[in-house]
Amino acid sequence: MKKVWPILVVDDEEVMSESMAAWLREDGYRVDTAPNGQKALELAKLTDYAIAFIDLKMPGGMDGIETMMEMRRARPEASVIIITAYATVDTAIQAMKEGAQEYIVKPCHPQEISMLVSRILKLKKLQSENVILRKKINRQYRHHDIITKNPRMQQILALIQDIASLRSTVLICGESGTGKELVARAIHYSGARADKPFVSVSCAALTETLLESELFGHEKGSFTGADTQTRGKFELADGGTIFLDEIGDISAKLQADLLRVLQERRFYRVGGSDEVAVDARVIAATNKDLAEEVHEGRFRDDLFYRLNVIEITIPPIRERREDIPLLAEHFVQHIASELGKDVSGISSEALKLLMDYDWPGNVRELENVIERAIVTSRNGTLVESDFSWLAVRSKSGQNWEVPDVPLSELERRAIIAVLERKRGNVKEAAVSLGIDRSTLYDKLKRYEISH
Amino acid sequence: MSVVYLVAIGIVPPQVLDWVENTLAEWTPWPVQRFPSMVFPEGAYDANRGQHKSVELMKLLARSAPTDAARMIGVTEGDLAIPTLTFVFGQAQLDGPVAVISLARLRQEFYALPADETALHERVTKEVLHELGHTFGLTHCADAKCVMSLATHIGLVDNKEERYCAQCGEQIAGKISSPDRGTL
Repeated sequence: MKKVWPILVVDDEEVMSESMAAWLREDGYRVDTAPNGQKALELAKLTDYAIAFIDLKMPGGMDGIETMMEMRRARPEASVIIITAYATVDTAIQAMKEGAQEYIVKPCHPQEISMLVSRILKLKKLQSENVILRKKINRQYRHHDIITKNPRMQQILALIQDIASLRSTVLICGESGTGKELVARAIHYSGARADKPFVSVSCAALTETLLESELFGHEKGSFTGADTQTRGKFELADGGTIFLDEIGDISAKLQADLLRVLQERRFYRVGGSDEVAVDARVIAATNKDLAEEVHEGRFRDDLFYRLNVIEITIPPIRERREDIPLLAEHFVQHIASELGKDVSGISSEALKLLMDYDWPGNVRELENVIERAIVTSRNGTLVESDFSWLAVRSKSGQNWEVPDVPLSELERRAIIAVLERKRGNVKEAAVSLGIDRSTLYDKLKRYEISH
Repeated sequence: MSVVYLVAIGIVPPQVLDWVENTLAEWTPWPVQRFPSMVFPEGAYDANRGQHKSVELMKLLARSAPTDAARMIGVTEGDLAIPTLTFVFGQAQLDGPVAVISLARLRQEFYALPADETALHERVTKEVLHELGHTFGLTHCADAKCVMSLATHIGLVDNKEERYCAQCGEQIAGKISSPDRGTL
């Protein structure tokens, strides 16, 4: 795609700039010419030149070096190639010092210019691809990709925006499969650290020793098999975000190490004696009740308070059933196109089946269920029979267990459960709950329950 | 009616002009006519470099072209150059009627090798097709075998074939079928 790159040739001698421009145009580039620095800068305001060839000696007004310096201020991305008929070491050094990408002495072999131009543009192409890929990743994890119309989730989205550019530690709680990592990525990619690394570590997946080395890196020879010095995830996340998933599962020793990193922002590699400073935002996640873990003495309270600066609790999908059709539709579109299957939707009967299910594995389970249905389906629309294997648990069959939560929370859950049973009919729900309709409306508002 | 004019600048062997004429007749839809030979214009020779200024020859051809000229193609033995480059094999107006080709660096003798008529014939044909392609608005082609690929040394000219690739060929056919294009 070299044809898209515009080039500027600046020379006071028209024959020089025009002949050079003509030669480059034959190669397919869009080329403008300017007789002096002033005109060059005017043109550079209008066009984002990839390369500017600038003659060193231009009598009257700005010389080549001055033009280059101004050009670099206006268009820092443009590569400047200084052209001169008189090669001296001093001018070459000065040109390169002031930021010229190359310095050529005219006349120059066509192959030299041709290779120079294609080398610079190849680099520019890679750079622009890099920018495009980064944008793509950012888009992928921007908060609006979290699909919801649930008021509690909407609040979480607003909170993500508010805290994205802070450095504060975040603790994300929620049952497994609710999308804790997605929220962590949304925080990272919405904030000032978006162009720095997002490093994810699953703390439950590794043994204590391995996790320690994984997080903090190790020095050569610190243990059998440590053949080289290795940087840990904290170092890799420098400037960016480290996401510690399943933080509730780490050992007492690692809890102490982690506390030290959070307090002092520095640590030692395994087997190392030099401190390593690190600037990484920590986002931790857990599906355990960490306060309960602290109470039971399994989790350090000082670490808990360090992690729990901002807490986000993601509701399980059964508490935001209104999102099930949205999520199901999204997964059908996304997965069908990924798998190359011609499935475009989901029938209302099938959707009802999904709405009635309790989704203990939450959004991840819903995604897996839809993927399996798409793989096995022989229809253009997913129907009830595509989900026949899905064991629908009877909600009424669940045991009555009183969770350790405030009474208001119990009330909130009871209202949600009754509303679901009554398919969102407030009148029937109020009768069932033994309260009048206006009281129920008040409570719906207070608990931000959509119906 | 449009005509392709072929003109020698300085002394050019008649045999070479025959080759160029045949190529032009084969690849353009217009009749080819010989234009009276021209002498090098004043100021076209750069004594410091021992070369001719390609731009000056292009200007000469442009101002001498008759009104019915679909193309004005110059051929010269002079070694051509532009200020920033040590040499050019030829030059053309992109999407315009004028082009010039130099025989100097197409000859084996330039590289201190014995003269080779076959090689010269092939190279002349390729250079004519290349510059002709530019006059039809074609830019360099990424296909190294296509005659429109960029040659920065004689090895790359030899590496090409005496033909346009399918895509470049189609582009030229498109230009030829459009009656408003390709005339002065």
